[in-house]
Amino acid sequence: MLRSLALALGVALCAVPVWANDLVTDFTLDNGMQVVVVEDHRAPVVVHMVWYRAGSADEKPGVSGVAHFLEHLLFKGTDTLEPGEFSATVAAQGGRDNAFTSYDYTAYFQRVAADRLELMMKMESDRMVNIRLGEEEILTERDVIIEERNMRVENSPGALFREQMGAVQYYNHRYGVPIIGWRHEMEQLGLQDALEYYGTYYAPNNAILIVAGDVEPDAVKALAEQYYGVIPANPDLPERARPQEPPQTTPRRMVYTDPRVAQPYVTRSYLAPERNPGDQRQAAALTLLGEILGGGTTSVLNQKLQFEQKLSVYTGAWYSGVSLDRTTFNLTVVPVPGVSLQEAEDAMDAAVAEFLETGVDAEQLERIKMQLRAAQIYERDDVGRLANRYGRALTSGLTIADIQEWPEILQSVTGEEIVAAARAVFEKKNSVTGWLMAEEEVTQ
Amino acid sequence: MMRFVLSFVALMAAVPAMAEIAIKEVTSPGGIKAWLVEEPSIPFMALEIRFKGGTSLDAPGKRGATNLMVGLLEEGAGDLDAQGFAKAGESLAAQFGYDSGDDAVAISARVLSENRDEALELLRLSLIAPSFPETALERVRNQVLSGIRSSLKDPDKIASARFNALVFGDHPYGSDENGTLESVSALSREDIVAAHRGALAKDRMYVSAVGDITAEELGPLLDRLLGELPETGAAMPAQSAPQITGTVDVVDFDTPQSVAIFGQAGMHRDDPDFFAAYLLSTILGGGGFESRLMTEVREKRGLTYGIYSYLVPKDLANLYLGSVASANDRIGETIAVIREEWAKISSEGVTAEELDAAKALLTGAYPLRFDGNSSIANIMVGMQVDDMPIDYMVTRNDKVNAVTLEDVNRVARELLDPETLMFVVVGKPKGV
Repeated sequence: MLRSLALALGVALCAVPVWANDLVTDFTLDNGMQVVVVEDHRAPVVVHMVWYRAGSADEKPGVSGVAHFLEHLLFKGTDTLEPGEFSATVAAQGGRDNAFTSYDYTAYFQRVAADRLELMMKMESDRMVNIRLGEEEILTERDVIIEERNMRVENSPGALFREQMGAVQYYNHRYGVPIIGWRHEMEQLGLQDALEYYGTYYAPNNAILIVAGDVEPDAVKALAEQYYGVIPANPDLPERARPQEPPQTTPRRMVYTDPRVAQPYVTRSYLAPERNPGDQRQAAALTLLGEILGGGTTSVLNQKLQFEQKLSVYTGAWYSGVSLDRTTFNLTVVPVPGVSLQEAEDAMDAAVAEFLETGVDAEQLERIKMQLRAAQIYERDDVGRLANRYGRALTSGLTIADIQEWPEILQSVTGEEIVAAARAVFEKKNSVTGWLMAEEEVTQ
Repeated sequence: MMRFVLSFVALMAAVPAMAEIAIKEVTSPGGIKAWLVEEPSIPFMALEIRFKGGTSLDAPGKRGATNLMVGLLEEGAGDLDAQGFAKAGESLAAQFGYDSGDDAVAISARVLSENRDEALELLRLSLIAPSFPETALERVRNQVLSGIRSSLKDPDKIASARFNALVFGDHPYGSDENGTLESVSALSREDIVAAHRGALAKDRMYVSAVGDITAEELGPLLDRLLGELPETGAAMPAQSAPQITGTVDVVDFDTPQSVAIFGQAGMHRDDPDFFAAYLLSTILGGGGFESRLMTEVREKRGLTYGIYSYLVPKDLANLYLGSVASANDRIGETIAVIREEWAKISSEGVTAEELDAAKALLTGAYPLRFDGNSSIANIMVGMQVDDMPIDYMVTRNDKVNAVTLEDVNRVARELLDPETLMFVVVGKPKGV
């Protein structure tokens, strides 16, 4: 709906440069609900999100998948909203909504015109405490999540393999259980399981409101107090102390075979420390290590295995320090035809050993740091991503200060620290090595 | 020297909040046209370049040449080898994307203001002077072959490959744009050079830029970046006449969940009924939770995690496609429900309430797309490729709102054809 059309010459947007943490305002409501506002006034759009400090790793044993199941059920109506009415209302405003579940969080979001923020808050605060569920729709939605598991996991040998790898990596922590759930437990999930999880974790003192876009912090605060501020805190909110890993003393190996595998590969995961409040230096070193070993064309693994030895199609290294409890550092090598997985694994180990001896290439480290500095500029073009970064960090035990100090910590990490962090993490006894291959190759 | 052909301010209203997007059409001294939005608040620029034709330009027997060529653009250029090129790009924190599709080659760049000229010189080298070294050719060829082998065992990829082969036959749309194991293995460096010469030419080029740059700066910049490209490229491929026959084709593949692609004839973007068809497709199977197919297949019956159907107006053919996945013992019921809904909406039409809701969604969502330099650059280049006028974004919502219930229901009768709706199912489906 357009108000007017003007022809003019060189009329640009009026915009004031905003930098780094100046974009972000945060405060806490009286009931304990944390609020983060990320400003971007270039377009009249807002992303409204509520993050709960509860994910699949907070589930009780025996009901795996219930956190994700509940996420689906939150679209099934409340005392005042019919099933499906939430999304239909968002759509009627030209908006889009969805939700996602991970190990450490469950989050709900809508992307709408900025002047529709109040309606979003009204509906989202309502379903924080007022969902209404019937037995029949529970069963239909259980079929939906089982089809979701079929799509994401059962139809993908790579996903089945990763699921088995995770289960072997963690002896005692719930990170070893898939977010979507084990199929046999998903098939038994019931109304009471979902409501129990809801009653335990869905409360303002366990939630974070994040609003990003064309909004003023004062206006967000007034609305947040009106809609979320009136919900009583849950005095019985349990402390987030999940079962922790015992010392791991044995390297584990697995071979996963599936005739649907077209491209075999070897992958290794090591248990690794995560970012902790006020203590992020080692995680910063591991983040840079991941880039050095696996970040693109000039990375160590690519240079050695793909360019020099010509034995890999692809190599990679991953580490994400945003995790409430211990996370993993992962290496992968996809060999070219004719190179066995044993040869690929040996070459990967040799490349890492050589790196530990020769240390960090100073120019490579500087290139990576340059890209991290630039990422802070590029990130301003998409405040939704920035909002996501805050949500993931705050639900993983970090503070606003930790998030804002992180870029500077990354810039200050030295090559020596990176090698020291690598030596500490690359302990075989903490690792799982997996081979993914097609059945026919196993019999050879 | 700059020549302003047209300068233009579109006032986008997200009812009632408003943002202004000032699009300028710039013509460089060398004659390269581009759409520009100056947005100096963040010190970087997003640049989008499209070359029409894409992988459908592959010469006979050279399937996969364009795809492999585009994959090689950043693997050696000028005096730089692949490592040298990557290191230079990393040092500048420039982000380049090289992508090919069956209608276009897409080049994307995001460059910082502080080193814009150096970054674009690097991009220029990759577009104008790629060296296609033999070592890189073998390395990237192996990556493409690995991808092709994976596609042969991926149910989604198997389904689209089979569907395209049945519908498009010998036309380029009918085969995998990555090529086959045989065709890619046989490609020579000369084939890659020829594909480059044929695909990246000025007579099929479209450009947009958004960010920290002025119209005065952009013209000379485009001449330096793109001025040396050849004026003309390979002959454009012919239009295709899709063959859609209402069959259910099953590809046997041992996996627990069957994947289905379904489709029928679509509609050209320039058709006067296009917006009526777009509203119809939103109601039937649009992206949200409230479409008829999502309601009937997922919400009421729990038969799938997601089902979507949409108009696919391509440069050389127009289709109306959909996709769904259900467990092998439930896919039969899913297909029956889809056929029922297809027939029902065709014969009974939609309600006034459904049409109002779809209009509210489409008109409300449209201004929300223009929310960042990269997204605006993408939209603007797409508008040019589709030959839309520069004021399209001002009139677009009016066109949506002008559609009547009678229009939609007439189009539903004329367009939707449950008899020819064709399915390809990959899996071990029961009762199909």
